[in-house]
Amino acid sequence: MRHLPVEPPPFFHRGPSPLTRLAVFGLLSLALLFADTRYRYLENIRRGAAIVLYPMQRIVQMPGEALAYVGTYFSSQRALSDDNAALQAQLLSQAPLVQAYPAVEKENARLRGLMQLEARIPVDATAAEVLYSSRDPFTQKLFVDKGEAAGVQAGRAVIDSIGVVGQVTRVYPYMSEVTLVTDKDHAVPVKVERSGVRSVMYGAGAARAPELRYLSPSVEIEPGDLLVTSGIDGTYPAGLAVAQVVSVERETGQSFAHVTCKPLAGIDNSAQVLILGSTAAAPPRPEEPADTAAPRKGRARRKG
Amino acid sequence: MPPFVAARPEEILLPVRPWFIVLTLLVALLANTVPMSGMALTLKPDFLALVLLYWCIQEPRLIGVGVAWCLGLMMDVVDATVFGQHALAYAVLAYGAGYFRRRVLRFSLWQQAAQVAVLLLLSSGLVLLVRIAGGAPPPRWTYAVGSLTGALLWPLVTALLQWPQRPQRSPAER
Repeated sequence: MRHLPVEPPPFFHRGPSPLTRLAVFGLLSLALLFADTRYRYLENIRRGAAIVLYPMQRIVQMPGEALAYVGTYFSSQRALSDDNAALQAQLLSQAPLVQAYPAVEKENARLRGLMQLEARIPVDATAAEVLYSSRDPFTQKLFVDKGEAAGVQAGRAVIDSIGVVGQVTRVYPYMSEVTLVTDKDHAVPVKVERSGVRSVMYGAGAARAPELRYLSPSVEIEPGDLLVTSGIDGTYPAGLAVAQVVSVERETGQSFAHVTCKPLAGIDNSAQVLILGSTAAAPPRPEEPADTAAPRKGRARRKG
Repeated sequence: MPPFVAARPEEILLPVRPWFIVLTLLVALLANTVPMSGMALTLKPDFLALVLLYWCIQEPRLIGVGVAWCLGLMMDVVDATVFGQHALAYAVLAYGAGYFRRRVLRFSLWQQAAQVAVLLLLSSGLVLLVRIAGGAPPPRWTYAVGSLTGALLWPLVTALLQWPQRPQRSPAER
């Protein structure tokens, strides 16, 4: 006599229930989130996946690039000549500065030599094209088409023709990720060009303007002031234009002035950027004095 | 050639080819990386979520929570976001699709779109939760616009992805 099969036929086998799967994968994602934000264990996996996806991303961008390329053939004679005239005028207006620059640079070097200051190191630069901006609305990032293969390293400053765009934060073999100055976790050491007041400009995300924090209300700063990099962080070379002060609120009850500013560089629309080479290596950190307060206290307690 | 409109619920479709599913998911992933800015970026839906949702509803035995999770990881790489953020959102999306699928297909396309909007908003709300827990600033209200354009595209996506499965009408039928 044949037994009736107790198990359902294999047709109905579908593995674990959807809720179990959701729980497993949900927990896995939470573990990944934790591992990535706290410890950054997963950079190698990210690099691997980025290399695999890179050729496909380039293929996707090809139609747009081809259209733009074809479009240049059909730009009118008039537009080209207007463009040319504007560029000539710009070149001419900058000529006095450019011609005077070598002389000033030499004089500066001589003066620095006399005063026995460290020489300023000239920076080299790599031109790069913006591939796409990150879709993530919580961070402000760009992807550019130069990576390790072109000698780009994390921490390099990125500028466009007007001012500072941001900083290279992650380098893949053929592209790199640039965090913009408006990103919430990004800070640029700046000084006010007019008065020389030093401060740090903190990004505040896409929705809000970057701000200068912890400036005393009496400090010499006004709306319209130009902020340039101060160069004391060793990341950004000194003297690059960063932002313009938009508003300065000095309230009597507050211990700090509330200063907001607007980045100068075409952060959302520049198509070409310049990745600057290394600046002068920062001098090594001074040795901590051997007898700082905290350990001495501990030792004293142990003795007593 | 079959007409370019979505099939009625009673219409029997040809079996789907697995390579077509893989291809459409890949294209959607790449469509997410197309450079955009300004208004287009605000309106841009998450194509991958949309296509994934379609396949989760239509082919639950091939595409489920696991596949969605893997695609989410790829999306995290492409977007340079924290690992696991899109993975979590897509896994929940796939689960939601599996939960809804039996009744969603009975509705007309625009009524389906309304339910799709809820699912997409749910998954982007989850991303929002994860990011705010991680210390990100709250985004502008336009954050939700992408999910709504995604839902508006639902009839188009359905028609497009169903098209290769529509049977050729025999001449006698016409």
